[in-house]
Amino acid sequence: MSLNYLTPEFKVLRDYDRCINCKVCMRQCANEVHSYDEDLDKMIADDYKCVNCQRCVVMCPTHALTIIKHPQVFRENANWTYDAIRDIYRQAETGGVLLSAMGNDRPYPIYWDKMVINASQVTNPSIDPLREPMELKIFIGRKPDKIELDENLNVKTKMPPQLKLNFPIMFSAMSYGSISYNAHASLARAAKELGIYYNTGEGGLHKDFRKYGENTIVQVASGRFGVDREYLKTAAAVEIKIGQGAKPGIGGHLPGEKVSEDISETRMIPVGSDAISPAPHHDIYSIEDLSQLIYSLKEATDYKKPVGVKIAAVNNVAAIASGIARAGADYIAIDGFRGGTGAAPKRIRDNVGIPIEFAIASVDSRLRSEGIRHTISLVAAGSIRNSADIIKAIALGADAVYIGSAALIAIGCHMCQQCNTGKCNWGIATQDPNLVKRLNPEIGYKRLINLITAWGHEIQEMLGGMGINDIESLKGNRLMLRGIGMTQKELDILGILAAGE
Amino acid sequence: MLKEGNIRIPSGCAISGIIDKSGAVFSGQIIADSIATMHDRSNGLGGGFAAYGIYPDFKEHYAFHMFYDDAKAKQDTEDLLKANFVIAYEEKIPTRKTQSIKNAPLIHRYFVLPKLEVLNASEMNDEDFIVKFIFNVNKNIDGAYIFSSGKNMGVFKAVGYPEDVAEFYKLETYNGYMWTAHGRFPTNTPGWWGGAHPFNLLNISVVHNGELSSYDTNRKYLEEFGYSCTLMTDTEVAAYIFDLLLRKHKLPVTLAAKVIASPLWNQVERLSPKERELYYNLKIIYSKALLNGPFSIIVTYDNGFIAINDRIKLRPLTAASQGDMIYVASEESAIRRVCKNPDKVWIPKGGEPVIAEIEQQNISEIYDKKEVTA
Repeated sequence: MSLNYLTPEFKVLRDYDRCINCKVCMRQCANEVHSYDEDLDKMIADDYKCVNCQRCVVMCPTHALTIIKHPQVFRENANWTYDAIRDIYRQAETGGVLLSAMGNDRPYPIYWDKMVINASQVTNPSIDPLREPMELKIFIGRKPDKIELDENLNVKTKMPPQLKLNFPIMFSAMSYGSISYNAHASLARAAKELGIYYNTGEGGLHKDFRKYGENTIVQVASGRFGVDREYLKTAAAVEIKIGQGAKPGIGGHLPGEKVSEDISETRMIPVGSDAISPAPHHDIYSIEDLSQLIYSLKEATDYKKPVGVKIAAVNNVAAIASGIARAGADYIAIDGFRGGTGAAPKRIRDNVGIPIEFAIASVDSRLRSEGIRHTISLVAAGSIRNSADIIKAIALGADAVYIGSAALIAIGCHMCQQCNTGKCNWGIATQDPNLVKRLNPEIGYKRLINLITAWGHEIQEMLGGMGINDIESLKGNRLMLRGIGMTQKELDILGILAAGE
Repeated sequence: MLKEGNIRIPSGCAISGIIDKSGAVFSGQIIADSIATMHDRSNGLGGGFAAYGIYPDFKEHYAFHMFYDDAKAKQDTEDLLKANFVIAYEEKIPTRKTQSIKNAPLIHRYFVLPKLEVLNASEMNDEDFIVKFIFNVNKNIDGAYIFSSGKNMGVFKAVGYPEDVAEFYKLETYNGYMWTAHGRFPTNTPGWWGGAHPFNLLNISVVHNGELSSYDTNRKYLEEFGYSCTLMTDTEVAAYIFDLLLRKHKLPVTLAAKVIASPLWNQVERLSPKERELYYNLKIIYSKALLNGPFSIIVTYDNGFIAINDRIKLRPLTAASQGDMIYVASEESAIRRVCKNPDKVWIPKGGEPVIAEIEQQNISEIYDKKEVTA
């Protein structure tokens, strides 16, 4: 093997005045950064192994640790950046596709941050959500064109199945396998308490979590892992996963070493076997094939459950979404190019797909121009970071949002982007029982409830400021947004005016 | 600077409405006196009236009231009118010179019926045909604007204080069984005549005080049903929502009220199972027809009106009754001015409609029996 040309990314700084050699850092680090040198009688660190997950920093009882970006630099070069050079070293060494995790971290413009929100002054009183009703409840599903009543005002309309959400927020698809049992337990229980939904992802539904079925969306993806009658029957809704924002156009791969006894049972595959999700569904090569799967799943669930379709935001997303609406889906989830993942090829994560802000705006506009927007629900995903992003997504035309990374951060994720290694020190993206147990679902679910409740309050405050007392009246209400620092073309696609206009 | 119609302008306002439930007609002077009381609620940039029962001689014809910026707009519109309609009668709407109403456009009215051959070829019912024609003229003929299109009713509006508008149009000479009035306080640009209230489509007219926070949501929802919101006013959106609910979706007016000011979910949950089912469906299907933000509004239709506030009552609305007369207005003073001692005066709760309708079913019979007191 040739010389490894890489230098450490991070540097562990230890304040020896504070360090008491308690070895907590050593025990906490699955990457084996810290060790105790008996001769020196002190703790030492191997910077090479550090991923900056900050587990040791947080756990150190004397606050002796700090992780910094390693000061080692290359000669400055605007073209051959740090990452560009290091990626070549890694590939020259391994001959492999570069893997990465979590969402696209490249410095693309973040359009959420180029939009600002309106508020009432004088002509329209703002509403105080502490004193006035403020409704956040929404329904996801197909809506009839009109209500039909008989002469006694009995409803004749047959309402298609709806998901009822107390907040316009759901937990995004993250499979058991990509995240841990305890992470799933936290998400499922929080969804139930909040009156929202979590999504199993494509890894099946663990039998322990069937009791949360009323708040569970199950995924049917190209690998069809864990899909059986019971799975469909237990869920509140079924989602066909076509694509994912972090890796549009490619499938997934859960390495065999992560397929434990439990995962094997949940996914319905042998222990230790690789779980490969093909890039396309091999029974969906066209929109009419998708329609067949939608109706197969509706048949299998007696037309009692919404069947949604999740796609990645790509160039032609508006036309694709229109096709999905016409193919019979009850909702469309669109995942933008900053969406997270447990593992994706780095080049794909960082270069394929479009921002969710544009995707939502153009899909909403397209469906409206075809007169079918009100018949279907639209869920935006792919890096919703806070309540303001949600307000903006809904004003652009979404009915609700999915959050993935934000939910994981709530239960401890520090965005070290190493999910694919399976060594998550926070017990989230790992199947190592010793690491998994670090995440206490009793605490995890409460932190998730806190997050969503806090965002709910913030959304109510912003709605009240706009003079709105029902989240429904924000949907597609793009007059409530203004753009800053965008080109006219960008403003036009988002369908908003520039600030000051 | 963009003219109104190209830009959305919020405005505050005064509104007033009067109906004689017996169907007896009364002069426009009464409503003019009522709205004049609330002079300070408007700023002279828009006033208007809707009058029902004023054209008994042409009660089967659609009465088009038109603003033309110039002779060319008039010529273009009349060419289109003649191609599509049989015109029973047409004239310049009589006005009197007043000091405060300036820059009047050409104002004409036409009593028309669609040509049968054109209507049949269009494969539409006559109401849809008329709506399409109105949208076409208002959107595509530069300087032409149809601001009233109902049967046996008419809208009269201008840039000015409402009492001056009444004088300008000689409203004391008209007699109707139901009148509404509006005085406008726009917060931007000298108003445009078409932007004044009432806003009308077929027999539905709207006078509105308020600002819809949900404007863009409502507008986009309506566009999916073929409405084209050319004026960019909140009132236009409110009018189309009523047109959609009452005319196209055949909802009773009581339920239309519960769409635009829908009960809260926790109220719905406390209802009887049958009502819960009804409101569950209404709220979900018409979630984007909810009018959000402060408003008081009077919507007039064939045989009555509904006056209603937003569901948390952010704008004033008072109602009163005396015998067959029902009054609604932004302020009680506007009612007391024309009805000294009402039997009953009340302030409707947020979202609780005041609905007043002609008691006889067949309005046309009323005119056969009653003397017009002009």
